[in-house]
Amino acid sequence: MDLGLIVAAGLATGTVLLFAAIGEIFAERAGVLNLGVEGMMLMGAVTGFSVTGSTGNPWFGLGAAMLVGGLFGLLHGVVTIRLRADQVVSGLALTFLGTGLARVLGEGLTNTNVERLPTISIPVLADLPIVGPIVFANQSVLVYVGFGLVPLAWFWITRTRPGLHLRAVGEAPAAADAQGIGVYRLRLGYVVVGGILAGLAGATITLAVSPGWFGDQTVNGRGWIAIGLVIFARWSPIWAAFGAYLFAAISPFILGLQGVPTILGVENPFLPGRSATFFLEMLPYLFVIGVVILGSRSAARRRIGAPAALGIPYVRGERGH
Amino acid sequence: MTEQTPLPFLAPAASLALEVRGIAKAFPGVLANDNVDFDLRHGEVHALLGENGAGKSTLMNVIAGLYRPDAGEILVDGASVAFGSPRDAITAGIGMVHQHFTLVPSQTVTENVLLGLDQPRFLLRERRSEAEVAALAASFGLRVDPRAKIWQLSVGEQQRVEILKMLYRGAQILIMDEPTAVLAPQEADELFATLRTMTAAGRSVVFISHKLGEVLAIADRVTVMRRGKVTASGLPTAGATKAELARLMVGRTVLDVYPREPFAPGPIVLALDGVSAFNDRGLPALRGVSLDVRAGEIVGIAAVAGNGQSELAEVITGLRPCAGRISVGGNPVANRPASDILGHGVAHVPEDRTAVGSAPNLSLTDNLIMKRYREAPVANGLFVDDDAARSFAGALRDTYRIAAPTVDTQARLLSGGNLQRAILAREMDTEPGLLVAVQPTRGLDVGAIESVHRLLLDLRARGGAILLISEELEEILGLSDRVDVIYEGRVVATMPVEEAEIGRIGLLMTGGADTDRDDAWAGKGETGPTALAEPAAPATPGSRDR
Amino acid sequence: MTFHLEPRTVTPRWLSPLVTVGAVAVALVISGGIIGLVGGDPVRSYAHILEASFGSVGVLSDTLVKATPLILTGLACALAFRMRLWNIGAEGQFLLGAWGASAVVLFPLVPAGTPGIVLIPLMMIAGMLAGGIWGLIPGVLRARLGVNEIIVTLMLNYIALAWIQFWVFGPWSEGGFQQTHPFPPEAALPRLADFASIVPGFAGLTVHLGLVFGLVAAGLLWLFLERSRFGYEIRLIGDSPRAATYAGIDIKRRLIIVFAISGALAGLAGMSEVNGAVHRLQDHISPGYGFTAVIVAYLAKFRPGRVVVAAILFGALILAGREIQPSGVPAMIQGIILFTLIVSDVLVRYQVRVTRGGRGPTVPATPAASPSAGSAGGG
Repeated sequence: MDLGLIVAAGLATGTVLLFAAIGEIFAERAGVLNLGVEGMMLMGAVTGFSVTGSTGNPWFGLGAAMLVGGLFGLLHGVVTIRLRADQVVSGLALTFLGTGLARVLGEGLTNTNVERLPTISIPVLADLPIVGPIVFANQSVLVYVGFGLVPLAWFWITRTRPGLHLRAVGEAPAAADAQGIGVYRLRLGYVVVGGILAGLAGATITLAVSPGWFGDQTVNGRGWIAIGLVIFARWSPIWAAFGAYLFAAISPFILGLQGVPTILGVENPFLPGRSATFFLEMLPYLFVIGVVILGSRSAARRRIGAPAALGIPYVRGERGH
Repeated sequence: MTEQTPLPFLAPAASLALEVRGIAKAFPGVLANDNVDFDLRHGEVHALLGENGAGKSTLMNVIAGLYRPDAGEILVDGASVAFGSPRDAITAGIGMVHQHFTLVPSQTVTENVLLGLDQPRFLLRERRSEAEVAALAASFGLRVDPRAKIWQLSVGEQQRVEILKMLYRGAQILIMDEPTAVLAPQEADELFATLRTMTAAGRSVVFISHKLGEVLAIADRVTVMRRGKVTASGLPTAGATKAELARLMVGRTVLDVYPREPFAPGPIVLALDGVSAFNDRGLPALRGVSLDVRAGEIVGIAAVAGNGQSELAEVITGLRPCAGRISVGGNPVANRPASDILGHGVAHVPEDRTAVGSAPNLSLTDNLIMKRYREAPVANGLFVDDDAARSFAGALRDTYRIAAPTVDTQARLLSGGNLQRAILAREMDTEPGLLVAVQPTRGLDVGAIESVHRLLLDLRARGGAILLISEELEEILGLSDRVDVIYEGRVVATMPVEEAEIGRIGLLMTGGADTDRDDAWAGKGETGPTALAEPAAPATPGSRDR
Repeated sequence: MTFHLEPRTVTPRWLSPLVTVGAVAVALVISGGIIGLVGGDPVRSYAHILEASFGSVGVLSDTLVKATPLILTGLACALAFRMRLWNIGAEGQFLLGAWGASAVVLFPLVPAGTPGIVLIPLMMIAGMLAGGIWGLIPGVLRARLGVNEIIVTLMLNYIALAWIQFWVFGPWSEGGFQQTHPFPPEAALPRLADFASIVPGFAGLTVHLGLVFGLVAAGLLWLFLERSRFGYEIRLIGDSPRAATYAGIDIKRRLIIVFAISGALAGLAGMSEVNGAVHRLQDHISPGYGFTAVIVAYLAKFRPGRVVVAAILFGALILAGREIQPSGVPAMIQGIILFTLIVSDVLVRYQVRVTRGGRGPTVPATPAASPSAGSAGGG
């Protein structure tokens, strides 16, 4: 196994989780839990793939995927923010809807091929020793977009006026409202942003990382993993990036185990065709459970828990008396 | 506006910072403001006095742009204005500090001050803003660290942040809604000093209160409201007396005096010995509290909010772990499950009647059987007998005159007074040996307060022991047989009510007496983390729940 | 134009069922539109669904077979949701239940030839135990460590599937195929068809004893939720955990118990499916029963009796949907139904008042819809 290749592949698949997780961070920071990430990603994946197929231009596909993701986010936002429906149920509904609709729209797309987004190398950085060829060479453009999004999201949330307002509506919506901040408008806006990023994450799968349409196996639970990462990251884009890349780097490493005949001189029980390989398939999900447990514990310990108003619809006018 | 030399007796409109005429505002079933006039001069503190529910807050919420009036006119510096939101009001120079603060706990003081402003446009320049905030605070004598997070601050400090927010927005008119309700007297004095600094600089203050003493102390003029109407307009406080203001406010000269049975103490029902506990933040809230309550006795706990009295109620009723010994009727109950303590005849009227004392979306029946569903006749083995539950609820509804259409009505649809009556009915009906009542009349109107007080005295007459925790000193002194004063989690004094003089208790409540600390007047009344970060940390047994 | 939501003070008894039926109808219209858009024929699709699920006694029987696991998993979800515990793991608990039941005959834990009267109860217990344990995991994590149960239950679904696949492809594989050996005939739950010699009309009818399990479970759960002290406690916890604590209820214990029962019900569904319908363990024994159960429970407003009705409707959808093209249609209809349901819920809980122009003079005077709400609506 070439470690460099694994890391490079990890960065690519990690980008999928990264987009989805940062999108969810925006929504949750604004106080809206969106459990529909899986559905939004599937919609983004199928839209990106099929629009690229019919137009021949992957950039159109990408744009359409983000648009559809945003529309799904808008649906969740209107239902939970304006109509005050339960965020958990609406998010689940979004996942059901996205899964079903994506399968309907993806009918006949299996075994087809479409144009991919280009892979590029960053001129100077690619020549850096060791790091350069792994991180900055022959990666999909979206991987570099992911590199840029992390500091951007962090900066936006912690260092700007809109970020200050974003944190306020998620922590203390009544306080924000009293200062004339449009709580409903901001929440809706960030849920849509979350949807756009989830759509982008889906399109990243079908147009860059592992092109092709494989029904709901295309996303295969990664939307849920992204939600788990948000808890692990304690709502920080930096930690989300760390978690996403780490997770993605570990996964191919583990799958890579299937390719070696012996491990430390012992016959490899995880060879393809052997049933023990299913234990390997459990690992990512066990990892997420572990991450969520750790996340809940350290959140409790350090007082940096979830945004205080997460999951609670804001109803204006319900004041003290 | 004609230009003319102002005559002292003919105050021209231009010298008024604010004038409202004929304000009317109705809520379903209530005319909260009925043709109300009010005016505010430049550089004055104008008190708005009235009982709970008199319409003071409604009027000020109209002025601060939170409510739109049904009728009437608002003039700022002589010009008519119409506010669509609090933001419009702030733009016109009117800022309001509400009783419930509107701060973001996880953000810093500076971030809270900047929240909602158009400046800075995009980038936050923390250092620069912090310096600005610090300078502004200093100029009005507001002591607050601009880099502290709100959750780390005491209530008094948080109030300063609210004032600072308004000043930073250039408020010329500051409306303070019951600002001293949450303050220790020293903090109140400090607040008064700040307000005077402001008026000296030409700004104006509306001071909402129902406390006569402080109105006379701080205000230049006072307007009194009763049941949505103004009963005295712009009365100069110089020369006004408490008795006169009380009559205007209450509409009767005699203040509440309840006929009561003579005090006949029975055996000790509740005994606490060296009880310590932490608050939700993990800081010591109770430090070795010892007290007892006898049958047929009401013991009042006098304390400024946040000195451990809420935690005291919770450890007694089994809702919070503690160290030390607690017994009820001779049975040890410390750290027992709440259901066990219930079984020992302990009833509890909790502080938060909507979130703790009741289940808002369940029926009145379900709410009334909360403490009775485990036993016959409501319980039938492992089942709940629906008919028995409903007839039980119906009987309570009639006995305690709970105004609800049916016993199936959801609890959230009851008015505050009726909900509290329902909670009291449930708790009293168990004929408890001990009742722990926390803020039983907060937010209720005069009639409801009276009925709650009567229920408490009835229980006392039947030989019940009552621990009454209230922030209303008048309520404590009016009902209790004995008064325990708690300060920073310790009982600093206990005395029969006859010896409880309001001035002395006020001093005790704030650590101003019976202590040799020389910093008592330097704002040590704050119960911030630093004030509590001293030893005597009690060991907490068992796991701590959040 | 903007609208205000005002909490209803009085909810007419007929409103909720009417709105629910209306929501399903709206969902079917929307779904039909989408089917039309992607080139299908909505009318023919719906006609096919009706025909293929209720068109004859035979297909009705098949519908009930599909509804059986949905009744049990739907009850599992309804119970947990009553306490506002989001058990999205009925799918995994179902699989574990199927595995537990299979283990009895495949390890085997009992000697060959054990009569059905002993074997079937044993398999029921094993299935409920396995599902219950799978439900206990998120319950304990939530109660002891405060871990979000939604993510844990979801992840456990994936893990359960891999677990089943391990056994089906590995130790229990029948000659390398993705299925186990068939169960002994004693393990099969009796079907109506088994009594064709007595009642000739039963010939070919596949409805099995599992349906009775479901109906009995619904009755017991109704008794439990609506009439027992424990049910009252669950209602109280679901509405206000703080009030429940105040009333002396140990929430954590109730939480673990509810999760275990919920898992056991889903586990029983898995047992009933392998014993009654499939007669062996495969990796594809569930077309998403555990997920559809979420919608069934929601459509039934968490009431056991209505769960049975909703389960039959969705059983029909799953049965008939297998032959509909495109293949995602049933899943899509389920998603849309759930959406219209939650939106329609708003109509039950609130009165919607529409104000033209956003800042119109008719300002509702309730504090709950304060005058300035119009400015936030962006009307």
